[in-house]
Amino acid sequence: MSQVPKKLRLATVWLGGCSGCHMSFLDLDELLIELVEKVDIVYGPLVDTKKFPEEVDICLVEGAVTNVENLELARSIRSNSKLVISFGDCAVTGNVTSMRNRIPVKDLLTAVYHEAQAPIGAESLEVLPALLKKALPLHQAIKVDIYLPGCPPAPERIAAALTALLDNRPVDL
Amino acid sequence: MPVITLTIDEELVSARAGQSILEACRDHEIKIPTLCHLDGLSARGGCRLCLVAVAGSPRLLPACTTAVQENMVVTTSNEKIERYRRMILELTFAERNHTCAVCVSNENCELQTLAAELGMDHVRYDYLNPDLPLDTSHERYGVDHNRCLLCLRCVRVCDEVEGAHTWDVKGRGIKSQVITDLNRPWGASESCTECGKCVEVCPTGALFTKGSAVAEMKKEASFLRRILDGREKRQWRR
Repeated sequence: MSQVPKKLRLATVWLGGCSGCHMSFLDLDELLIELVEKVDIVYGPLVDTKKFPEEVDICLVEGAVTNVENLELARSIRSNSKLVISFGDCAVTGNVTSMRNRIPVKDLLTAVYHEAQAPIGAESLEVLPALLKKALPLHQAIKVDIYLPGCPPAPERIAAALTALLDNRPVDL
Repeated sequence: MPVITLTIDEELVSARAGQSILEACRDHEIKIPTLCHLDGLSARGGCRLCLVAVAGSPRLLPACTTAVQENMVVTTSNEKIERYRRMILELTFAERNHTCAVCVSNENCELQTLAAELGMDHVRYDYLNPDLPLDTSHERYGVDHNRCLLCLRCVRVCDEVEGAHTWDVKGRGIKSQVITDLNRPWGASESCTECGKCVEVCPTGALFTKGSAVAEMKKEASFLRRILDGREKRQWRR
């Protein structure tokens, strides 16, 4: 009896971003079906797991590192993943998430949660994770192996990167 | 004009005396990346992307402002030069706020294209995130200093081709900024002829036509060669 090859463990993470990169990932359409034949998706926004799992082979990380929770998760990703991919412009450069960087955090929170006319008010500050002084690209928080740019990266580009990795070829975008 | 012989990338080539290394390379279809350089404008040597190695020189030299010399030995690409070029691009991206995803020139930007071509896939330096303004006081055009890399093509085209010299530079070093007239809002400029040459030659989204949304600003600098050929050589073509 031939042995079934071991499936790779894939995780996707949503840090400080808009989830557009994940939407683009879902736009892989039929390729998603082929993908799940080769990988187990062990963690992600749609996977009901709270804790980042161990022994992940490939991890796609969307979003900048903008608060302490992101930073903690990023470190956990690094220590449990073989290959970390900066997935999309926010992870690669900070992008839109980092546009707040020129404004001091205190002024930012005051403007958004105290002064703005919004359904969410100052009470939410008690539960929100503390913002870092600056939103950072992922590689300034942890070591990153591959950079997958785009806002969001086109499904074709995601497919090119993933299929190259699954076939053990170098990723050339 | 006397012809001289030099070696570029281990090939013996001829060039005219007075030509720059960049011009000689382009005549022989040797590709050197450039950013501040634009055919038709004076050479500036500002962006440093065209750095090449010249035997006998202890440091790399910009190909656009270094004249060819008899028996010169030039190397246009090696591991060190490529590394320096990527580093220069990274520093350029880190210095201002080049947020491609929300830029009018996304996908039509010379800086972005060069980064892709030279394999610069991330910036290792801390982003400075400066707090820079936008001037949209002009009726037709706007300037976004966040995207400006101080190539000064706008300054040169306005002075050398249009003859208006509306654009200039204020400040020094990292505080430098392009200005219109004596640092008045563009819309209040008395010297600006509204010709739009500066917008067309700008390599990024720093100068743009008002009303352009993300990725809509497409520029075309080829008009420059056409009008200069008409002016200098009396050659008129479409």
